[in-house]
Amino acid sequence: MTRQLTCIGCPMGCQLTATVENGVVTTVTGNTCKRGDDYARKECVAPMRTVTGTVRMADGRVVSVRTRTDVPKAKMFDVAEAFNRARPAAPLHIGDVVIADVCGTGVDVVATSNRE
Amino acid sequence: MKKVQLAIVGGGPAGLAAAIAAREAGLQDILIIERGEALGGILGQCIHAGFGLHTFGQELTGPEYAQRFIDRVEDMKIPYLLGTMVLDINENKVLTVTGRETGLIQIQAEAIVLAMGCRERPRGALNIPGTRPAGIYSAGTAQRLVNLEGYLPGKNVVILGSGDIGLIMARRMTLEGAKVHAVAEVMPYSGGLKRNIVQCLDDFNIPLLLSTTVVDIQGRGHIESVTLAQVDERRKPIPGTEKVIPCDTLLLSVGLLPENELSLSAGVALDGVTGGPVVGDDLATSVPGVFACGNVLHVHDLVDFVSEEAGRAGRSAAEYVLHRRSAGRTVALRGKNGVRYTVPQHIDADAMADTVTVRFRVGQPYRGAALCAWAGDRLIRRIPKRILTPGEMESFPIRKADIPADCDTITFTVEEAAQ
Amino acid sequence: MYDVLIVGGGAVGCAVARELSRYQLNMCLVERGEDVCVGTSKANSAIVHAGFDAAPGTLKARFNVEGSEMMEDLSRELDFDYRRNGALVLCFHEADMPRLRELHQRGKKNHVQGLEILWGDALRKKEPALSDKVYAALYAPTSAIVCPFGMTVALYENARKNGCQFQFDTAVETIERTGDHFTVHTSRGDMAARVVVSCAGVHGDTLHNQLCHKQYHTVPRRGEYCLLDKKDGKIVDRTIFQLPSAMGKGILVTPTVHGNLLLGPTAADQEDRDSVATTAAGLDTVTATAALSVPGLPMRDVITSFAGLRAHLAETDDFVIGESAENFFEALGIESPGLTSAPAIGQYLAKAVAEKLRAAEKADFDPTRRDIPHLREMDFEARAALVAENPAYGNVICRCEGISEGEIVEAIHRGARSLDGVKRRCRAGMGRCQGGFCSPKVMALLCRELGVPMEALTKSGGGSYLVQGMTKEAQA
Repeated sequence: MTRQLTCIGCPMGCQLTATVENGVVTTVTGNTCKRGDDYARKECVAPMRTVTGTVRMADGRVVSVRTRTDVPKAKMFDVAEAFNRARPAAPLHIGDVVIADVCGTGVDVVATSNRE
Repeated sequence: MKKVQLAIVGGGPAGLAAAIAAREAGLQDILIIERGEALGGILGQCIHAGFGLHTFGQELTGPEYAQRFIDRVEDMKIPYLLGTMVLDINENKVLTVTGRETGLIQIQAEAIVLAMGCRERPRGALNIPGTRPAGIYSAGTAQRLVNLEGYLPGKNVVILGSGDIGLIMARRMTLEGAKVHAVAEVMPYSGGLKRNIVQCLDDFNIPLLLSTTVVDIQGRGHIESVTLAQVDERRKPIPGTEKVIPCDTLLLSVGLLPENELSLSAGVALDGVTGGPVVGDDLATSVPGVFACGNVLHVHDLVDFVSEEAGRAGRSAAEYVLHRRSAGRTVALRGKNGVRYTVPQHIDADAMADTVTVRFRVGQPYRGAALCAWAGDRLIRRIPKRILTPGEMESFPIRKADIPADCDTITFTVEEAAQ
Repeated sequence: MYDVLIVGGGAVGCAVARELSRYQLNMCLVERGEDVCVGTSKANSAIVHAGFDAAPGTLKARFNVEGSEMMEDLSRELDFDYRRNGALVLCFHEADMPRLRELHQRGKKNHVQGLEILWGDALRKKEPALSDKVYAALYAPTSAIVCPFGMTVALYENARKNGCQFQFDTAVETIERTGDHFTVHTSRGDMAARVVVSCAGVHGDTLHNQLCHKQYHTVPRRGEYCLLDKKDGKIVDRTIFQLPSAMGKGILVTPTVHGNLLLGPTAADQEDRDSVATTAAGLDTVTATAALSVPGLPMRDVITSFAGLRAHLAETDDFVIGESAENFFEALGIESPGLTSAPAIGQYLAKAVAEKLRAAEKADFDPTRRDIPHLREMDFEARAALVAENPAYGNVICRCEGISEGEIVEAIHRGARSLDGVKRRCRAGMGRCQGGFCSPKVMALLCRELGVPMEALTKSGGGSYLVQGMTKEAQA
């Protein structure tokens, strides 16, 4: 099986073709540097994303949040749903955990701004 | 009249970094004047990740990046005013300031750092025909409504402009449950980062329509649909390619304009291309003691570069107050053959630092090209570039030692790949 | 039962209301929009025409000249922006001189003061930005510029202060005679009145044709405009016309009272009475034609474009003003110079109605009204004193126009219910960023002062909601 993707390593945006066999990337073509090869291997097997958004606090204000590290790309919408359901109370500070272990990813959702 | 050694107009990333650098350079009497209700400027609403890779080696969100600078300002006890706007700066560096707390006052500054940022180009600037209904927002306004106020402008969205703000908002609206039907871009290429195209559009199967623009807007009270059409090489709509897309929201991400009304009131000369002040290597404007940095100087794509540039402006302002540098030989910088402008626009070949970073944008995408700096017909430096795009600001270091003694102008050019 | 029901809250309707509020009458003005000044009155050239253009002997000529003469005093009495800047009508070819001279003669017949023809150097000395292709021009020193929103809102506020009621979001559907009065069927129920005064703009023929034998048909004539940044407001000082045509006064270049530069209008007849959409062709025409008068206009400084409709009548080139049927008064076909004429039409119709009803004047009529303070135009001491008194005047909300929280709050207290309502009253959102920065802040102030949720706010009434809801609400 082959997959087409656009490299995000730099503005070149090389069009990569990755051959995937049994869940393993065997070849990458179209890249013009090593970054493209690395990107394709990770993106085809285990794509990850940092999800950011807002959460509505118990007092009605919104606070910005993020997953502390990246989470599987397939879980992006689940994580966004979890953002929608949370109702944390003030005060919140940058780094405070708003949702622990979001969607079973093992990653916490933390506040990215301060709300006294 | 209240007096201050250094007044910094704007408490966004540029103003904060300038204040910190000025204090580090030994200046005590600094005042940051911010019109918003919090320090940090536009970063407060830029809640996505991707800031600070150059400065901190990690990917922060906008508020996190800003907070690091705000914490420094607080630690250094640099005074600031919030909800306070500078209405006027006169040629003698008297600022007229208004705010709920201050009332209307005047402040005499010895030096000023201009850090007012930029504004979004409105619909009118594009002269998009059609009705003028509710539901049309510039991308930044929508970003504020969604991220800070917690309101959703609409649920069926079309975005015009594929700059980074437009792309970021496409993802943001999608994750908030809206359907983004298309991102239209009048140019044949996107001005946004490749990473944003992949992670904000491709991840969500949002089509990016290149060489396409909005040619009509329908809906009386509220927007009901837009008409998109393809454009030719001269960006004129091609008849017969029109397509009507029903929507309740049109977001415009069609360019940023440095906000220099105060600079003009102070008598600062502006550059016709950047829309920002003409500055030297110390980021001094044409008015002695007035410095500029950040998006008011020229629109950046990375906040890291803003912080670095603003640090330079802050240090220069402190130097101006504490021990003025003596002026030496001025060398003009200019862009040609694809280099649209340079910032700074001139350097002092004697007083400059050993290396000065010259920043500029190119006029179109190039592959396999090189950037060149020329003193007359002598090539001072050549930097090969696999890719150049208008969306990415270029940084070109010029070494003091490389500037010939008889040189009065350095010209930056794109050397295109041989066909 | 009202003594008088006025239909339409544009410049003419509000002028009638204000003049009629001098009398002891129970009166109400109904307006289909959410505010006054939402139709033809809000989208026009904002010119107080000198009066040389209208054919002598017509109602247009009469009310134009009368209105023009009244306007300066009225602007002081009611505190709205007005400036007598003068106008030039350009002639590009010697061959067109007879038409320019004809205009000159017509102006004299209409008793327009101070008209003269200027040539070459004298002309370009007055207006250095004019095209060097201009051969000569008719100079009309009495021509002026006005704020159409300011004027209409001022008339409205003064009428309200003197007892006239106003009912918005009320569209008149049909009208019929019931015995000695009218029953007016509106979108919000029936209303009864002894006298009806119709000032319904492009919709005026609908009412007229229900009551009058002679039928009229309004042909909405669309005019498209471009508005340029304030930094360009001094490119010309006077209003620059080109020789008029059968379709109107052509495309002008003029400063506005607020210091912007306005270009337009085009003239295109349409059937649709509500659509004020601009078109690519129209905006191109504005650009190209304005450039004939003033070359090198910085079109990249356009901050907005818009269109308005003039209520042109198919059957006549003149206004129709008076008692068209027993107890049915009207101002019909009020196209240019309608804004200029409005105060004079108001005075005329009010007198006619008062005579008909044998109404007595009020002893306590107050002819004055003060505008919301314009902080940006105050000197430092006056402004500082006002800010000290009320800190909300120190809090700038609209950075481009320098409009404070205090001014916006006052606009809301005086009747603004929407973003556009605020904008028309105090210019918040009218500047170069077109509300990009201040809209969310003005919305928050509207919510706070009106006690309504964000979801209920509109841009301009009706269904023009600004947000679709709160984020996360489905899950709350």
